[in-house]
Amino acid sequence: MQTRDLEKYVAEHPFFAGLKSDYVKLISGCAQNAAFNKGEHLFREGDPANQFFLIRFGRIAIDIPVPHGGAITVQTLEPGDIVGWSWLFPPFAWTFDARALELTRVIAMDGACLRGKCDADTALGYDLVRRFSAVIAERLQATRLQLLDVYGTVKG
Amino acid sequence: MEATAAASRVVSAPENPPNPWIPRRFRVAARKQETSDTFSIELADAGGEEHEGFSFRPGQFNMLYAFGVGESAISISGDPAAGGQPVHTIRVVGTVTRALGALRRGDVLGVRGPFGSAWPVEEAAGRDVIVVAGGIGLAPLRPALHQLFADRARFGRITLLYGARTPRDLLFGDDLDRWSRRRNTGVQVIVDVAGPSWHGNVGVVTSLFKRVHIDGPDTVALICGPEVMMRFTAVELLQREVPIDAIHVSLERNMKCATGFCGHCQYGPAFVCKDGPVFPFARVKPWFMVREL
Ligand SMILES: Cc1cc2nc3c(=O)[nH]c(=O)nc-3n(C[C@H](O)[C@H](O)[C@H](O)COP(=O)(O)OP(=O)(O)OC[C@H]3O[C@@H](n4cnc5c(N)ncnc54)[C@H](O)[C@@H]3O)c2cc1C
Ligand code: FES
Repeated sequence: MQTRDLEKYVAEHPFFAGLKSDYVKLISGCAQNAAFNKGEHLFREGDPANQFFLIRFGRIAIDIPVPHGGAITVQTLEPGDIVGWSWLFPPFAWTFDARALELTRVIAMDGACLRGKCDADTALGYDLVRRFSAVIAERLQATRLQLLDVYGTVKG
Repeated sequence: MEATAAASRVVSAPENPPNPWIPRRFRVAARKQETSDTFSIELADAGGEEHEGFSFRPGQFNMLYAFGVGESAISISGDPAAGGQPVHTIRVVGTVTRALGALRRGDVLGVRGPFGSAWPVEEAAGRDVIVVAGGIGLAPLRPALHQLFADRARFGRITLLYGARTPRDLLFGDDLDRWSRRRNTGVQVIVDVAGPSWHGNVGVVTSLFKRVHIDGPDTVALICGPEVMMRFTAVELLQREVPIDAIHVSLERNMKCATGFCGHCQYGPAFVCKDGPVFPFARVKPWFMVREL
């Protein structure tokens, strides 16, 4: 894929909405196109987290492996969503599995490359951390609601 | 029998509506196990032909009396146009609902009702409608959905967002399939957790808002589910500029009389049995955040 196309996809992805064009250009240098077939894993729990993913097309299941094999799905993600922030924080390891539910196209962003650019330009770093914080806060809120098990204990 | 029949005739005459305190006898005409803990029953008037049919408005409920055990408020979940035989969908949580769950075809129970306010389906004519249901909350909304789809052309886009605990807890699969095939209609289902065989959405029902387009100012919203879920749903709707007056919620409180006398179901200054269960969100919002209510 042409660098120009990657830049376009990065710029158009809702996660990067409003990001300055200079920054789009800069971080697109860390971007790579990737596709996963149905059932294929983007990564598994414990794998080194050296990337994150912008979903362009398809659907991803976030699975938590359970004892005696198998996994339970705790979230599904779609185009416009992002997958993963473990690349941002030590120990840089995934804490869940990510599995393609159908043919899925993503932009894979190289974590080490991005961290380097963020360290070199803290304004970019701040902008990115704010974007990730918003996603993390949203997921935390959703997780709290799931933990409440509202349908299990209280009736509607 | 003659005397009873004559008395029933008088009681059910239109100018002399059924006494709301006295249960009418209904027979279980059909029973369907919906999920491991939830079942539906269709009721036929056990009073015989002397009784009138049973009409209700979507959102209303009956008090179902398991003889010798007790009474529970249960919404009517069937098609209002079908007339005659009320349908209820019940989740077993305790003594009364367990007794109702043990009833089999032909068994008799007591019914008082219908009681309460209705979903504002008529007011939604000419506008988009979003219906957000959580868990058993789809049951009180189903009659409204039946009514919306029966008169499909009178409404704009219809969106149904339905959340349940797991794929096994999803209700009314056939209806969901049928509705999702209707024109200008979006049906999105989501579960809190799932096994790998589930290929649908996983997450909380509010996360579905990202997936649908809502023309806020021109939308009427009907919500029923656990209160926490309704609170977060209302926030999402308000953020999308759905007018607060166009948001309607159905509330649950323990009930005894169901007629506004005993005060059991008080919610702020309102009685859920008489002023609700369907309320404009603006009216109940101040109490939604009061912890002990
Ligand atoms: C207007 C209205 C409409 C309703 N519509 C329906 C309906 O369509 N289908 C349906 O299944 N239920 C519905 N309910 C709820 C139903 O009335 C109660 O679940 C029922 O009365 C519980 O009685 P029980 O004797 O089985 O349980 P109880 O013995 O009273 O309670 C047993 C246990 O269940 C808990 N419990 C009681 N009520 C609820 C509840 N609502 N949710 C979760 N836990 C509860 C109690 O805290 C207790 O721990 C409605 C309630 C109202 C007010
Ligand atoms: S149940 Fe008695 S006042 Fe509502």
